[in-house]
Amino acid sequence: MKNTYQIEEIAGPSSREIMFSRILGHRGLIIGAAVLCVITGMAILAPILTSHDPFTQDLSNRLVQPFWDEKGSTSHILGTDALGRDYLTRLIYGARVSLLIGFSTALGSGIIGTVLGLLSGYYGGRVDMLVTFIITTRLTLPVVLIALAVVSLVGGTLPVVVSVLSLLLWDRFAVVIRSATKQIRSKEFVSAAKAVGCSTPRILFVEILPNLVGSLVVIGSLEVGHAILLESALSFLGLGVQPPTPSWGLMVAEGKGLLFFKPWLITFPGVALALLVLSLNLIGDGIRDVTASKGIE
Amino acid sequence: MVNDRPENILTVDNLVVDIPTPAGVLHAVRDVSFGLKKGRTLGIVGESGCGKSVTVMAIIGLLSKKIRVTAEQLKFSDMDLLGLSGRKFADIRGEHISMIFQEPMTALNPVYTIGEQLTEGYLRHRSATKANARNKALRLLDRVGISSAERRLNQYPHELSGGLRQRVMIAMALMCDPDIIIADEPTTALDVTIQAQILSLLSELQKETGTAMIIVSHDLGVISRVADHVLVMYAGRIVESGTAEQIFATPTHPYTQGLFSCIPVPGKTPKGSMLGSIPGVVPSLIGDLKGCMFRPRCDLASDRCLAQIPAVNFPVQHHVWCVAPVEELKERSEKVMLF
Amino acid sequence: MVAFVVSAISFSLMFVSGDPAIAIAGEGSTEADIQVIRKNFGFDQPFHVQYWKWISRVAKGDLGESFYFQKPVVDLIAERMPVTGLLGLLSICFALTLSIPLGIIAAVKQNTVFDRFTLGLATIGQATPSFWLGLMLIVVSSVKLRILPVSGSSSLYHFILPTIVLGYYATPSMMRLTRAGMIEALQSDYIRTAHSKGLLPLSILLKHAFRNAILPVVSVAAVEFGFILGGSVVVESVFSLHGIGFLAWESISRNDFPTIQAIILVYAMIYVGLTFLADLLNAKLDPRLRATTS
Repeated sequence: MKNTYQIEEIAGPSSREIMFSRILGHRGLIIGAAVLCVITGMAILAPILTSHDPFTQDLSNRLVQPFWDEKGSTSHILGTDALGRDYLTRLIYGARVSLLIGFSTALGSGIIGTVLGLLSGYYGGRVDMLVTFIITTRLTLPVVLIALAVVSLVGGTLPVVVSVLSLLLWDRFAVVIRSATKQIRSKEFVSAAKAVGCSTPRILFVEILPNLVGSLVVIGSLEVGHAILLESALSFLGLGVQPPTPSWGLMVAEGKGLLFFKPWLITFPGVALALLVLSLNLIGDGIRDVTASKGIE
Repeated sequence: MVNDRPENILTVDNLVVDIPTPAGVLHAVRDVSFGLKKGRTLGIVGESGCGKSVTVMAIIGLLSKKIRVTAEQLKFSDMDLLGLSGRKFADIRGEHISMIFQEPMTALNPVYTIGEQLTEGYLRHRSATKANARNKALRLLDRVGISSAERRLNQYPHELSGGLRQRVMIAMALMCDPDIIIADEPTTALDVTIQAQILSLLSELQKETGTAMIIVSHDLGVISRVADHVLVMYAGRIVESGTAEQIFATPTHPYTQGLFSCIPVPGKTPKGSMLGSIPGVVPSLIGDLKGCMFRPRCDLASDRCLAQIPAVNFPVQHHVWCVAPVEELKERSEKVMLF
Repeated sequence: MVAFVVSAISFSLMFVSGDPAIAIAGEGSTEADIQVIRKNFGFDQPFHVQYWKWISRVAKGDLGESFYFQKPVVDLIAERMPVTGLLGLLSICFALTLSIPLGIIAAVKQNTVFDRFTLGLATIGQATPSFWLGLMLIVVSSVKLRILPVSGSSSLYHFILPTIVLGYYATPSMMRLTRAGMIEALQSDYIRTAHSKGLLPLSILLKHAFRNAILPVVSVAAVEFGFILGGSVVVESVFSLHGIGFLAWESISRNDFPTIQAIILVYAMIYVGLTFLADLLNAKLDPRLRATTS
């Protein structure tokens, strides 16, 4: 029910301090950032954390149980997979793959989407119509299928996967940046810049873009997660990252055959994926919450 | 109980509304008391934030549960409104007490037709047939001056102008023949020409139906047109109350006088003279509040203003809450330019 | 218009790898073999001619013949469509049944334990890979609980787990949208008016607030349905359901171009149809979008 009384605001701390306290107070954001740091740290420090190599096969040591099982041992803490490779090592190195693909894809799609959104939002008219048409076309395409098809034809190397996904996942960026640009464009400081005679690229990059950073970060983090999930699905189906590269999706596929006997082979990569994407989503949502109150679009 | 009289349809004694905020308890309304007689119009006037809207929202029970409403007495007819259960209160609302809000543009639900919104209250409170409800709605639409009422019933809010929507709101408030209508800034969002129409409509309807009315406004002009009795509120308290003639002929409280001097009167205010204004801002209402809240802005302020302010009674119904010498106040009231 | 472009993209996919004839012929084929294949499938003709031929056949309802099955693609799709269609329908119903009530309750009990809990579940749901969830459910249900069948599509029971997996993915966004829409609606002036008329809280919630809050959810639901169809590829392969998604995957693995192209086209068409449907529904629900009656 509506409270009709306006409460007077008391002059308080600076906006930066408010921002800080908001960030620190936002549980989701902190948890997400912490988890992401842990995973990233793990990925970077991989060689230090484990002495095994993720590619070395040891067929005499296949399918060793994790250490908490009586048949397990501590030399392979999480056991080994079907080809005798140390599981924990592959899990840790898998983080590298996911993070790498996720961020590269987000970067690529971010650039494509932002450029399209900026142009469309700024120029309006025919350019806008064209870009909207492109976006609509992209939205009607079944992403998974096309990604699968292309990878199957061209091969499943890392650059290919990243490129394909970048070329398919830019729509979110484009839509949001487009509407944000339209909003900002009508603001006075843009007309002021034009009146002073700034060139269009300058206006786009120096005046408008900095205001979009907030939205970009939010969408970016969500899209990294999206890309990671998509890559894992592709790898699971065999049409993403190819063996022997350790990808979590691939590891789930590899463990699928032994689903009922050794469930840990698919549990860990799945949980790892969920944790990583979850942390990214928390960060994205958290930043959105924290910046929303300041009135940034 | 000063205000407890049998002909009072609404009795309010020492109404207090406290709003908990992170910075402390905000005393939005303190010790507001009045009685509303059947068929009469009460005008509550004051600037934004003085608590007039909160007061009427408390009376009709539309404040959020977190807000604490207490009073020595809050009675509608002989029904106690304090501590009334949600369901019983909902039974009274719309049927006996109804309300008209400020913003006609947003007060109607965009996805339902005018007809549906007019009849739903009626259908809920009376066990009437849809045809009956519709007929009543048609009659009322006609009465509030909306032409082609038949057609309008099937239209959606976005197809009507602001003035028309407010008329619909008035019709809606009248559907169940309420005993009291509360109008919170009913004309503020409308064009000046429409304002006058709506106000005359309201007084006509009131005389016709004998409904009591409470009009809340920051606009003295609006109040002067329709009110029989006037309450002047400032910072959550009543500072002056009396009949419309008394208030408008002899505004006594310094704040009331200040309000009047802000308004230029065509034909009376000399050309080139400075428009009065009341210096300062409304103080914060959070925490412990002592004495007269108008003190920082009053040119008659003294140390006596820090204590509890009693009511000074001018003969018959005119009350002023001020400790300044009565003669001084009276002298000033004569100098104030009036309509 | 969009359809046109989509079909063009779809068709040109075939040429992404360079020479489709080689892809079809497979490894270890001789140059002569490749030439024969080229002639047979008309690859030796210029691109736009091939495209035109394909498109004109499609317009007549002929989606070509599958390399692998040696059957018309139309038949293949028609066979598998019921499975996917049923799965999709069940999933969207599941998602709606779950997300709308939860969204409404979460909005009413905003910031309480319930609200945070459901939002938390939603966030976790969005982060979980669907294939993994499917596999986990298989393990749990068939090993530990032994209730539901986990592969094949011979009975309705077979659809329970896949529906949960597919529907679960669409639920978080719709739940959030419902919740946000309800919160906004509940703060509107017309809700205050409704209260002042003495209407009962439940009826205000469902009749007034919900009707407004649901508007954006409808369009999103249509879009989500489209995504569900796309995601069916993964789910169908996990649960061995022989629907279109599964067919798509098989065809891709076998370089069965006509089938792949046709399926992509069909998916796109369905999506276009869905957005159109969503627009219609929106106009029906929101009077402001219709032409005025006066």
